[in-house]
Amino acid sequence: MSVLLDLREVSKRFGGLQAVRNLSFDVRQGEILGLIGPNGAGKSTLFNLINGVFAPDHGRIIFDGIDITGERPYRVARYGLARTHQIVQPLTNLTVLDNCTVGACFGRKNLPLARAHEAAREAIAIAGLENRAAMLALNLTIAEKKRLELARALAAQPKLLLLDEVLSGLNPTEVEHMIGVVRRIRERGVTILIIEHLMQAIMGLSDRIVVLNFGQKLAEGLPAEVARHPQVIEAYLGDPKLAAELQGAG
Amino acid sequence: MPLVRLMRRPFFWILALAIAVFALAPVFGNNVALREALILDAVYITLASNLNLMLGYAGYINFGSIVFFGLGGYTCVWLVNSYHWPLGASLLVAGVCVSVLALIFGLGILRLRGAFFALATVGIVEAVQAFAENFTPWGGSSGIYLSGDIFTPLGGPARALWVIYFMMVAVMGLSLYLSYAIKSSKFGLGLLAIGQNEDAAAILGVPTPLYKALVYSASAFLPAIAGGLYFFKSAFIQPSDAFDLTLSTEALVVAMLGGQGTVAGVAIGAFLYEELRGYLLTSSMFANFQLFVSGALLLLIVLFFPGGLMGFIYRHFPRTQKVLE
Repeated sequence: MSVLLDLREVSKRFGGLQAVRNLSFDVRQGEILGLIGPNGAGKSTLFNLINGVFAPDHGRIIFDGIDITGERPYRVARYGLARTHQIVQPLTNLTVLDNCTVGACFGRKNLPLARAHEAAREAIAIAGLENRAAMLALNLTIAEKKRLELARALAAQPKLLLLDEVLSGLNPTEVEHMIGVVRRIRERGVTILIIEHLMQAIMGLSDRIVVLNFGQKLAEGLPAEVARHPQVIEAYLGDPKLAAELQGAG
Repeated sequence: MPLVRLMRRPFFWILALAIAVFALAPVFGNNVALREALILDAVYITLASNLNLMLGYAGYINFGSIVFFGLGGYTCVWLVNSYHWPLGASLLVAGVCVSVLALIFGLGILRLRGAFFALATVGIVEAVQAFAENFTPWGGSSGIYLSGDIFTPLGGPARALWVIYFMMVAVMGLSLYLSYAIKSSKFGLGLLAIGQNEDAAAILGVPTPLYKALVYSASAFLPAIAGGLYFFKSAFIQPSDAFDLTLSTEALVVAMLGGQGTVAGVAIGAFLYEELRGYLLTSSMFANFQLFVSGALLLLIVLFFPGGLMGFIYRHFPRTQKVLE
């Protein structure tokens, strides 16, 4: 499998905090790569580095053969990289359809308005929001807002989708639904890099897992390998419940 | 969005009809008093509509929209007076120059957000006014007086005032169609996204710095032409009139009164406000009382009707949303 996203010795420091340290790994075409780690491990910072919200202090980020290190977010989006936010960022006074049309208009395909509407409707259908299309984003429930994040990113028809905790805050039924949606997106040929705290879910969903701790890579491998990794278990021992879940999932 | 597609929507024709009525109303019975009232309405509608591109679409509060009006006025009056250019060419050059200048300003100050941007726009008003007061070719603080024969090419003073009226209504009409066309376009969608959440918009791929600078520049063009017409008509321009911060603030009140982000609302808001202002100015009891009223109005709108007039109409008659933009 060819490499779609290649991180080379990426580092980022905020004042006295080394959020990401010398991190290297790659995301291969067509896979779902899970990114786990305790709170504050640098997962969301890494997403912000990849899609250009922050520029890394050191290292390079190569996406689909293009060096995107330090590129502005809107340029990165054009190259075919879309993301969702852990804390939802809906365009509140626009309808669900318009939210997704923004994604489609300014995403990889740079579609004109009419065709962007079609792409948006398609993404809305995949995310299961058809009967909310005409509703203002501010009137959605939190679960629907999470799905809107996903639909909007998907409408951009990205090559790589960064999902930041799309399952958090959802009830078990909603989690099931969302996992189904993520699988369907992958079946359409979209590569996915996903951050998640729900161990059961991410272990089942991911082809491979990268574990971060204190901004460094702790382990990388198949879900079962990672779950048995002694250092990973140690990192999670601070949180016995998560450690047990990790063992159970492996 | 191509013009043809806009023309298929009822709102296009509602707008066209309203502008036609506006243009022709004073013609019947040669009603000069009505014409003079309506030309002020047209100025307010032009200023508010263009301000709305920044305020209602991109979500940036611009206290300096009057700079475009004043600079357009100065450029036009100066070209007519010192170089004896025809009015049409002077207006066009004024519009283009002010737009280019706005693009340059915009690339600088649009890095700021929220209150800092708003403050910077006030700073621009002050700076430009200070420039005009000290720029000798523009007559410094005493300004420029046009000679009495400038109206001759337009067929004498009486006819010239009608010509200027129709031109001003045309500028107003173009402002409304510009608002409408932008709102119905991909550019407009990008602006609305910026207005809602600029960071999220950038992550979705909206080229935010470019779009903001473009809309700031676009919002300068027609106000500059309106300023050119207005001060040509007065045959006199001076810094304190051209860069009056009050008019900037009133344009903000008007846009919020009508409903920021809407095309029709802003126009109706401007019309109502100007009618009210006209009444308050002429009533013997309330000299200059309109400023107090506009302040109070702004407070009430922000507190109780953040959607303005159109927000109110949309809420109570949801169907109008499909027709009135």
